Amino acid sequence: MIRDITLGQYYPAESVLHRLDPRVKLSGTLLYVISLFLFQSFAGYAVATVFLVTVIVLSHVPVSFMLRGLKAIFILLIFTAVLNIFLTPGRELVSFWKITITIEGLRVAAFMVLRLVYLIVGSSVMTLTTTPSNLTDGLEKGLGWLKFFRIPVHEIAMMMSIALTFIPVLLEETDKIIKAQQARGADFESGNIIRRAKALVPILVPLFVSAFRRANDLAIAMESRCYRGGEGRTKMRPLRYTGRDYAAYSVLIVYLAAIIAVGILF
Amino acid sequence: MPILVNHIDHIYNPGTVFEKKALSDVSFSIEDGEYIGLVGHTGSGKSTLALHLNGLMKPDSGGIYFDGVDIASEGYDMKALRGKVGLVFQYPEHQLFEEDVFTDVCFGPKNLGLERQEVELRAYEALKAVGIEDDRFYVSPFDLSGGEKRRAAIAGVLAMKPKVLVLDEPCAGLDPHGREEILSIADDLHDSLGITVVLISHSMDDLAEHVDRLLVMHNGQLVMDGPTREVFMNRKELEAMGLAVPEAAAVLSDLKGMGLPVRTDLITVEEAKNEIIRALRSRF
Repeated sequence: MIRDITLGQYYPAESVLHRLDPRVKLSGTLLYVISLFLFQSFAGYAVATVFLVTVIVLSHVPVSFMLRGLKAIFILLIFTAVLNIFLTPGRELVSFWKITITIEGLRVAAFMVLRLVYLIVGSSVMTLTTTPSNLTDGLEKGLGWLKFFRIPVHEIAMMMSIALTFIPVLLEETDKIIKAQQARGADFESGNIIRRAKALVPILVPLFVSAFRRANDLAIAMESRCYRGGEGRTKMRPLRYTGRDYAAYSVLIVYLAAIIAVGILF
Repeated sequence: MPILVNHIDHIYNPGTVFEKKALSDVSFSIEDGEYIGLVGHTGSGKSTLALHLNGLMKPDSGGIYFDGVDIASEGYDMKALRGKVGLVFQYPEHQLFEEDVFTDVCFGPKNLGLERQEVELRAYEALKAVGIEDDRFYVSPFDLSGGEKRRAAIAGVLAMKPKVLVLDEPCAGLDPHGREEILSIADDLHDSLGITVVLISHSMDDLAEHVDRLLVMHNGQLVMDGPTREVFMNRKELEAMGLAVPEAAAVLSDLKGMGLPVRTDLITVEEAKNEIIRALRSRF
C-alpha cells in the first residue's frame, strides 16, 4: 500500500541518465513539464511520447517501477476524466437524462489524463535516477544566482534534501507502526469512513512523535558537527559539466524546438 | 503443537534490484511452554521470521500452522491469531499513542472485541505483570521513563493474553538495569504464567542465561536448532557467522586451551565461576 509511492525514491542502476549532472536533469524536467502545456494536438503528444519513452528506456529503471507512482494519483485521474467528460460543452455524442457527453469532452478528458500521467512519470524518472543528495546539490548550484535576491538557496536546498531522504525512512516507519498495531489487533480495513478515520489515530500519533524525535536527533547531530548553513561550505564532489551534459542540453533544446514547432503548426 | 513452520520462503521486492531473499526454506516447530531464543546477525531474517509467526507477513512458499490449522487458509481468523501469538516489536514504546498508559494497554484486548470489564481486568493484570504500579496508570505514556515505556508497551501485547509471546530485541537501547528487568519479566511470563516465549536477541549472554532452546539464523536460513548448551558448543561455526558464544563459555574454552582442565559446556557466568574455582582448587 504505502510502498507504492515512488516519489523521492532512488533506483540504483547503471545508465546515462544516472550519470548526468543533476542540473541537467532538473532543468530537463522543468522544460518537460512546461512543454506538456504548450500543445493541444495529437502530434504534440506524439513528440512528448517519443521523448518520454526514450528517456525511460535510457534510464534502465523497470517501467513497472515508474508506473507505481501513478497508483497514488489514481483517484485524481478518475476525477479529472469524469469531470472533463461530463462538463465540457461541444458537439453532442451521447445524451441521456440531464447528462451529455461531447466529443470535445472525451478529447479534453483523454488529454488531461495523459498529461497528468506524463507529468508524474516524467518527474519520477528524475527522482528515480538521481540520489537525493545529488538532487539538492543540483538545486543549490543551479539556483545559486537567487542568493543575490537574498533568498537562502542553501538552506532551502538542505531542507529539501532532508525532506527527500526522510520520505523512505518515514514510509518504513509507518509500515512498522501499522504492523505493530495490527499485532495488537488493530483493524484498518473494515468499518465505515468514520471508523476507518478513527483507526488511523494509533498510526498517526506514533508517526508524528517519531518524526519529531528524528528531526530533533538530526538537528542535534548537525549542530554537534558545527553545521552553520551554507556560508563558506565546500563540496567534496563539486558539480562540473562534462561533454555528456552538453549533449543532453542539446537534446533538450531540440525537444523544446520540436514541441514549439508542433504547437504552432498543428 | 501450537506452531509449525514448514519450509517457508520469503523474498522482498522480487524482480527489482532491491530483491532480497529474507527467508529460505525455514522449518521448525514450537511446542507449548517452550522458552526459545532466536539469534542471528543483522539482516539474517530474524525479524522477518517473527512477522510470519502471527500472520503479519505471508510466506511466498511453504506454510505456517497454528494448532494444526494452516493460517493461510481461507477465512482464518487473523485477529484471533494475533491475540494468540503476541508480537512485541523492536522499540515497542514507539507505538504508544493513547492519552494514558492504562487506555493504551486496553487497545489490544478491546480490538479482540471483549467486554469492557474483561478488557480492563486484562489491562490491569498485564500492567501488574510487567511491574507498573497503580500510580503510573493514568500518566501519559510519553511521560514515562525509557524502561517503563518499554514495559508498558509489552503490557499492551500481554493484555491480549497470548499463548505465545515473541519479543523482538526487547532489551535494545536499555541500560543493564533495564535489560535485567525486561529479561526477568520474560522469565516470569514463561515460568509463572506458562506462556511460550520466543526471545529474539543478538546478545548471547542474555540468551545463555535465560532460554532453553536456541534457533540460529544465518542469511535467511535456519542453521542450528537445539538446546542452548549444545548450540553453544559450536563455537567455531558461530564465530564464522559473525556470532559469538557467551563470554563465560569463551573464557572457559580459552582457559582450557591454556592448559587449565575445565569443562567447556557451561554457559552462564555463575557456572563458569564455580568451574574455574573447582579447577584451580583441584590443581593446588
